[in-house]
This record gives sequence, C-alpha cells and structure tokens, in this order.
Amino acid sequence: MSLSERLHPGLNLAGTDPESHVAAEEVLFGFWIFLMSDLVLFAVLFATYAAMSVQGIAEGPGPAQVFDLTAAFLETLLLLLSSFAFGFAMLEMKYRESRRGVLAWLLVTGVLGAAFVGMELHDYYVMITQHAAPPQASGFLSAYYLLTGTHALHVSSGLVWMAIMAIQVTVIGLNTPVKLRLMRLALFWHMLDVVWIGIFTFVYLFGVAS
Amino acid sequence: MSNRIPADMPPGEYEDEGRERLSYMIGLALALALTTAAFAVVWLDLLSGGAALAALGGLALIQAVVHLRYFLHIDLQRSHRDDLLLILFTVLILIIMVSGTIWILYDQHIRMMP
Amino acid sequence: MNWELIFGQIKWTSFVFAGMIENPSLSEAIASGAGSIAVLGALATVVLLTVKGWWVPLWRDWLTSIDHKKVGIMYIAIALVMFARAVIEAALMRAQQLSATDSGGFLSADHFGQLFSTHGTIMIFFVAMPFITGLMNYVMPLQIGARDVSFPLLNAISLMLTMAGAILIMVSLVVGQFSTGGWSAYPPFTGIEFSPGEGVDYWIWAVSLGSIGSTLTGLNFAVTIYKKRCPGMTLFRMPLFTWTTLCTSILMIFAMAPLTAATAMLALDRYAGFHFFTNGDGGNMMNYANLFWLFGHPEVYILILPAFGVWSEVVATFSSKRIYGYTSLVYATMCIAVLSFAVWLHHFFTMGQSANVNAMFGIATMVIGVPTGVKVYDWLLTMVGGRIRFTTPMLFHINFLLTFILGGMTGVLLANPGIDFQVHNTLFLVAHFHNMIIPGVLFGMFAAVQFWFPKMFGFRLHEGLGRASFWCFAPGFLLAFFPLYWLGLMGATRRTYMWTDPDYLPWLALAMAGAALILAGFALMVAQIVVSVRQRAQLAAPLGDPWDGRALEWSIPSPPPEWNFAVLPQVTARDAFYEAKKAGTAYRSPAAYADIEVPRNTATAPLIGLFACAWAFGLVWHIWWLVVVSFVLIWAVVIARSFQTDTEETVPAATVKAANEAFLAAARATPGVSREREMTSDNRGRALPEGLEGRAGPASPGAAVEVLP
Repeated sequence: MSLSERLHPGLNLAGTDPESHVAAEEVLFGFWIFLMSDLVLFAVLFATYAAMSVQGIAEGPGPAQVFDLTAAFLETLLLLLSSFAFGFAMLEMKYRESRRGVLAWLLVTGVLGAAFVGMELHDYYVMITQHAAPPQASGFLSAYYLLTGTHALHVSSGLVWMAIMAIQVTVIGLNTPVKLRLMRLALFWHMLDVVWIGIFTFVYLFGVAS
Repeated sequence: MSNRIPADMPPGEYEDEGRERLSYMIGLALALALTTAAFAVVWLDLLSGGAALAALGGLALIQAVVHLRYFLHIDLQRSHRDDLLLILFTVLILIIMVSGTIWILYDQHIRMMP
Repeated sequence: MNWELIFGQIKWTSFVFAGMIENPSLSEAIASGAGSIAVLGALATVVLLTVKGWWVPLWRDWLTSIDHKKVGIMYIAIALVMFARAVIEAALMRAQQLSATDSGGFLSADHFGQLFSTHGTIMIFFVAMPFITGLMNYVMPLQIGARDVSFPLLNAISLMLTMAGAILIMVSLVVGQFSTGGWSAYPPFTGIEFSPGEGVDYWIWAVSLGSIGSTLTGLNFAVTIYKKRCPGMTLFRMPLFTWTTLCTSILMIFAMAPLTAATAMLALDRYAGFHFFTNGDGGNMMNYANLFWLFGHPEVYILILPAFGVWSEVVATFSSKRIYGYTSLVYATMCIAVLSFAVWLHHFFTMGQSANVNAMFGIATMVIGVPTGVKVYDWLLTMVGGRIRFTTPMLFHINFLLTFILGGMTGVLLANPGIDFQVHNTLFLVAHFHNMIIPGVLFGMFAAVQFWFPKMFGFRLHEGLGRASFWCFAPGFLLAFFPLYWLGLMGATRRTYMWTDPDYLPWLALAMAGAALILAGFALMVAQIVVSVRQRAQLAAPLGDPWDGRALEWSIPSPPPEWNFAVLPQVTARDAFYEAKKAGTAYRSPAAYADIEVPRNTATAPLIGLFACAWAFGLVWHIWWLVVVSFVLIWAVVIARSFQTDTEETVPAATVKAANEAFLAAARATPGVSREREMTSDNRGRALPEGLEGRAGPASPGAAVEVLP
C-alpha cells in the first residue's frame, strides 16, 4: 500500500517521518474507533438532556433562568483557541521535531483548556450558590450536570494526559511512540471541541432561545 | 528532514507546512464566525421560535463539519474511506439513538396525566 | 475509633454466614452453603496451586501473557466457571417454583430475587460474553493469518476487567447481598429508596467493568480485522466466523456506551441524589428502560452473531462442502447488525407510548426475521448433497436449526404488540429468550469448544462423552423450556417465587426434569474434558487439521506456536487451506524465514484488573479510601507502562525455522486420515481432503513457495 493511501484522521506524517506514518495507521484507526464509541456516549447524554430539559424541570428552575450565555461564549472561545493551539503544536512536531516548539504550544493549549475547566467550575458554583440549582434539584439539572460534567471530565483528563506528554517529550524526546501519542491526544482534543459545539448550541443557546 | 522524504509522495496538500497552517487558520476563522453568528441569533433576537432553533441547529452542523474538515483533516478522498465510512455509520447510529429516544420519551410524556 | 472510615458499610452481619446464625432457615442455609462453596473453592484453588507449585507458571505463562490464544482460553475458563454457578442457580429456582404452590417453598422471596438477578446477570455478562469473546480471541487472528490482535495489551486488560467483574459477583456470595432487581435492574425499584442496600451497587459495578472490557474488545477486534489481514485476504475471502466477529465487534463499539450511561446515571441517583430515574423531581424511569435496551437489544445480536459464525464453520466442515450462499450470509449478517439498533422498543411495548410507536418498532422487529431466515436456508442448503458426519458439533447444529426456528417464530409472535400485551412479563417470554439463547448461543459455544478444542490443546475431546452430553442437553432444554411457553399462556408471571394455581404443577415438574437433564449434560461435559485430558495420548492430533478444515487456522500445528504463522500466508481464495490441500500445495516449506517480534509478558493487565476490582468493591461498600487509592493505582500502572520502551522480544528466524520445518516434515510423513476414521486414534491431525482418498500416501515436499518480504 502506498503511503498516500494510508492517510488517517488528523495530521499525517507521511512526508516527514514515513516510519511513524506507517506505524500510525493501526493505532490511529483504533483511537478513531474509540472516539466514535465516546461520541455515542455523548449522544445518549444529549438525548437524555433533550428529554429532561423539557419534561424534567419539576419544581426547579428552568434553563433560561440559570444559564449565563456570556460565560458560555467565553468558554467556547477558550476551547476553540486551545484546539487551534494544539494544531500548531502538531505542526512543530511534524516539520521541525522541535521539543521546545511542541512544549510551548502544548503549554498554550493546556492553559486555555485549564481556563475553560475553571470557568465551567465557576459556572457550577454560581448556579449552586446563587440560583439554588444543584444537580439534586431536578431531573433537568441532573441531566445538565451529567452532560457538561462528562465533557469537563474529558477535558480534565485531556489536561492530565497533556502534562504526561509534556514530560515524555522532555524526557524521551519525539520518537515514534511519543509522536503517535501526541497525534491521538490531538484527535481527542479536537473531538472534544466538536462535542462542545453540541453543548453550546443544544444546551445553552436552545435553552435560552426556547 | 528532507532526506527522509520517500519517493512515493502523498499529495502536496498534506506535506506543505504553509498549506497545513493555512488550513488551521481557515478552520479557526470559520469556527469563530459560525460561533459568533449562533450567539448573535440569540443575543440580538434575530429569529424566534422554531426558526431560531432550526438556524442554530444548522449553524452547529456546519461548524461540526468545519472542525472535522480543518482540524481533524477528514475529507472525501478515497484514501480516507475507512474513517469516513466509520463516521457515516456512527452518524447513522447517533441519529437512530437520539431521534428514537426523543420520539419515545416525548410520546410517553404527552400521554401522561398532567 | 471510627470503623466506617476503614471498612465503609461492611459490618459483621454483612457476611452471609451471619444470616445463618441470626436467623436459621433452609433459605439462609443455602445462601451460607453457596458462600461456603465460594470460599472453599477459592481456598482449594490456593492449596492446589501451592501444593503443585503452579503459582509461578500461572503468573508467568498465563496471567501476565498477552498472547491472544492464552487470553482467549482464559476468557473461556471464566465462562465455564461462572456457568457452573449460574446453572445451579437455575436449578434452584426451578426447585423453588415446583415446591412453592400455596406455600412459601424453601427459599425466601429475597433469596429468590437474588437468584434470578445473579442468574441473568452472570449468564449474559459473565458466561455468554466471555465465551464469545474468548472464542473470537482465539480463532479470529488465526483465520485472518495474523500473529496477534492489533493491541495485545489492551486485549489482556479487557480480559482482566471482565475477570474483575466476575470476581466481584462471586464476592457478593460471601459479603453482603446481590441485587433483587433482575438482570435489567429497572428503577425505581433499584433506586436508593426501594433498594437501599449494597445489592444494586454490586450489579452496577460488576456490569460496568464487564461492559468497559467489552467496548475495548470490540475496538481491538475491529481494528485487527481491518488492518491485520494477511496478504490476499480481502474482506470477501474472510471465513464467515471472522465476518460475524467483525459485525459483533462493531455492535460492541456502539452498543456498550448506552449501558455505561444508564449505569452511571443509576449510580448517580443512588450515590449522589440525582434525579434521572426517580419517582419525583422530574426523574423519568422510562428513560432507563430506553437506555438499557438501546444496549440490550444489540447485545443479543452481539451474542448470537459469533454463534452464527460458528454454525457456518461447523456445517461446512462436517458436510465436507463449501458453505452455500457465502455472500448472502455476509449481507444477512450486516443487515442483522444494523437492524439490531432499530428495534429496542419491543422490550417495553407496554410502557405507555402510542400505538404508532409500537407498530413502527414491531414491524422493524419482524423485519429482522428475514435475514435470519436467509441464514437458516443457507445452512440447510449447505448440507444438501454434502457428506454429513454426525459429530457432536454437527448434532448441536441440527438441534439448533430445529429449535432456533421455533424460538424465532415465538419471537415474531412477541413482535406483535397486541400479542405482547397479553404475554409480556410471563414465562412465555422467559421461554422465548431461553429458546434463542440456549440452542443458539450456548450450544453454539459448546459446539465451538468441541470443534476448536483440538486446535487449542493438540488433542481431540472424547467423542462418546460429547454425544452423551448432547443427548442430555438437547432434550433437557426442550423439557425445561417448552412447558414454560404453556405456563406463560396460562398466565404464570416471570420472577415469581410462589404460586397459588395447582394447574401449574405438572408443567413445573416437567421443567424441573429438564433442568436436571441439563445439569447431567453439564456434568457429562466436565467428565468429557477430564477423560480427554487423561486419554490425551490416544486423542492427540498435533498436526493441526483433525476435521479436514477449511480456513487458515487448520494449516498450523496444534497447539499453535506463540507466533501462529512461521511465515505470513498468502491467500488467493476463500477456504484458503482447503483449496491448498486440494491443489496439493499444503504443507510446503517457505523459501525463507525471518525474525519475528513478539510482545513480552507484562504485569500491567493483571495489576489493572486487581485494582479495578478493589475500586469497584470500595464503591459498593462506600470504602472511600480504597476507591481513591485503587483509582490512582490503576492510572499509575497505565502511566508507568507508557514510559516502558522495551516491550517486545525477537524470536530468531532459526528457531522459527526449526519448529516449522519439524512440523511440516511430520505432516508430510504422516499418511492422511479419511473421514471414516476421523474419530479413531489414527487421526493425528493430518486430513485427507474429501474426494482425494486415493492419495493416502505421504505428501511430497514440493517446490518451495514464494515468500513475501
């Protein structure tokens, strides 16, 4: 099979590191399948939220009363920029194999991601303390916290993974296994951004618009 | 790394740093525009009711495609067929699961005593 | 001293023996007996391992191995151990129902509830799932000409997570109670309000561990089949068992997530006071049924598809004929896989949605019967004109065709919402799904064990005892379950621990007799394995092809070497090995050998399994320090592993060559055995292809075949 027929999702290394590119085929396909399975999990949470945000409000507050669109907009920007920054880390890895370049962009990505998680936690804090809207208040809020919480948990584990990768880039260097891990982390990170599109649209904007 | 470039070169699009960087830039610009448009619909009350929801859903769908194309580098080339098929199959399953769930639960909901 | 910090909610009364002391009764005695068997069984295993000095080999050759063949065998071992427990529970339930007309019987209602919950949970998650997973693990890579699965370590981790779940369920025999909410654990009954104890938590975490393991397995196998097929093995040259493995893997990837979501929500309701499925505050317990069956329906096809694959292999091999309608079987498998996602509502027709919704899903359900029917015709037509040998697997196959069709018919009946309203929640339904799963999945797995056992261990199973066990299992099944159809029509509800209608008695007695026969069949199967191990010299078939097999797995020695294939085979047709035998090109020496990289053994997987088990146990009993510590340890193991670089070792080409040439020389020197003498000690694993009986002499070495770089 020629190299160009082995293209996989994300950045491909065919031109600069053909060995890693060949090794990537199986591993990245496997990770891509994992992401699809993860997407199904999110889909089920979305479907549950869609039902409960209408039918499960009970005595608790409704979506329009508790959501802060400004915060959601800022969170969207943070996550989008961090996804973008990760792309540049990958370009550094591909074209220059520069540890310093990769680490710098990973740092930018990580800081933006951490800011995103921090803002979400702040949202939760405000909702619980000022709007009396903890997850135990109603079915709608249970579904809201589970959906956004699962996403935040994914982002947080991505941050831990990123920290470990930073150590590996420093200690081991950019060999094939490390490159493949970075490529998978990149897919993970970009996919979380795609999931977030669903959250800001169907949770926040739909919640306020309807 | 030029000494490692194989004879069997993939299409230049994948191997030119300028073009790949540009791809991320385009992705960012489109994503920013689409996000801002979506929030603007709600903030500025451009649309209301069902029209607003339809517009928001459409914008989200386009933005998801933008992310897949420019950040995850999924396109319609033959070489990507396995991955693309997998996405399409996943989308089919997602549609069945999500629409089925919403349909069933909504149907049960409207038949319940108030 | 605050003991709760250390032991969580475990008290001395949590141990099953305390119930016997505080409140002696037959029911408690049986519970204590079961607990004692679990404890004594574990102790006996420890003593045996110590006396025989097997600890080191067990650890070195098995638990730390990431070879797909050993992983597969361990999966099947788990399945058989758990089957022993669950089938005894089934017999206990039969005995209870027989003894409980107008009286309480000998089991308490609560104990009976635990029995049907553990029976269902174990049979689905810890018998059927490990059985099919083990089989796919062992056979699929051999059929596609691969040296291992794509991610061997992940494979071992899946195994250990499944094992952790199985251990957790066994622990529930001794410490605390299991859930009484059935294998599907519907809230609100399983919510904290109505089930405040630890039982449902045992269910949640055991099932979660198993389902994470299955998701990873599905991912692993799908990648393996997509990316690791040997040269020339196009998708449409793959053996049918591999096809069904692929479709099952895809179902595993997509179907397990809803289960994970449902159990997570139930756990949040129970542990943190969320309101997903509660009665009040906006909870919606109907969504649980929806989510559970989003998983549950594909799940039954996850179980049955590999069995369909087994049947396809068995019927072609023992009819000495190409499978009829290969392409239609492949497309039927795909159709079933996709349709299985579109029918889940038929498990809750009576939940109150409108008739249109029910009709839609009822029709979709009936449509699944069509591709399944196609398969049945294909199997029948494979036998037409073939030379059929009535071996044990073939007997199971014919029994399957007869009984599975009956079960399928009752399925089409149940797919009609009008009929379902009449018989839902009765023994009619119980009879229906046992009718699909026992002759289909379970007997399929038994047939597979008979069929592939010589490949796994290098000797055949005793045929006489195999047939004897078949003649107990098959009529035992009919006796045990066909009366339940009738009882269901009479109105007997499922999961009921006592009756008031004396008319049920004769039918219950028949069912009890059937259960006894099934137990006898299982005993004979165990005896078959023991006797076969003792007589392994007479039954030996080390040359790898005892049944005149068709796919690549039969072209290598039994048991196969660690690297499976000395040189990756080159395939040009379906039934690759059978074609090679007919063309006279089998058993030829390759032109050259190369070094082979095999993964080193590692303690990663067993450690993850151990900590996962501890983590789940901590969650069940609210032992929070254990939860935190074991969670950290799981990820510490994963991260530590990612820093390891030296994970492979090389088998030198000379070693591979010596082993393979010795095998090939032995195969060529041994005269082939004809099908008439297949069950005699003449069968050393070198088969004469049907129609080539004239050429019984030793094969010529022939020219060296081309070797791929």
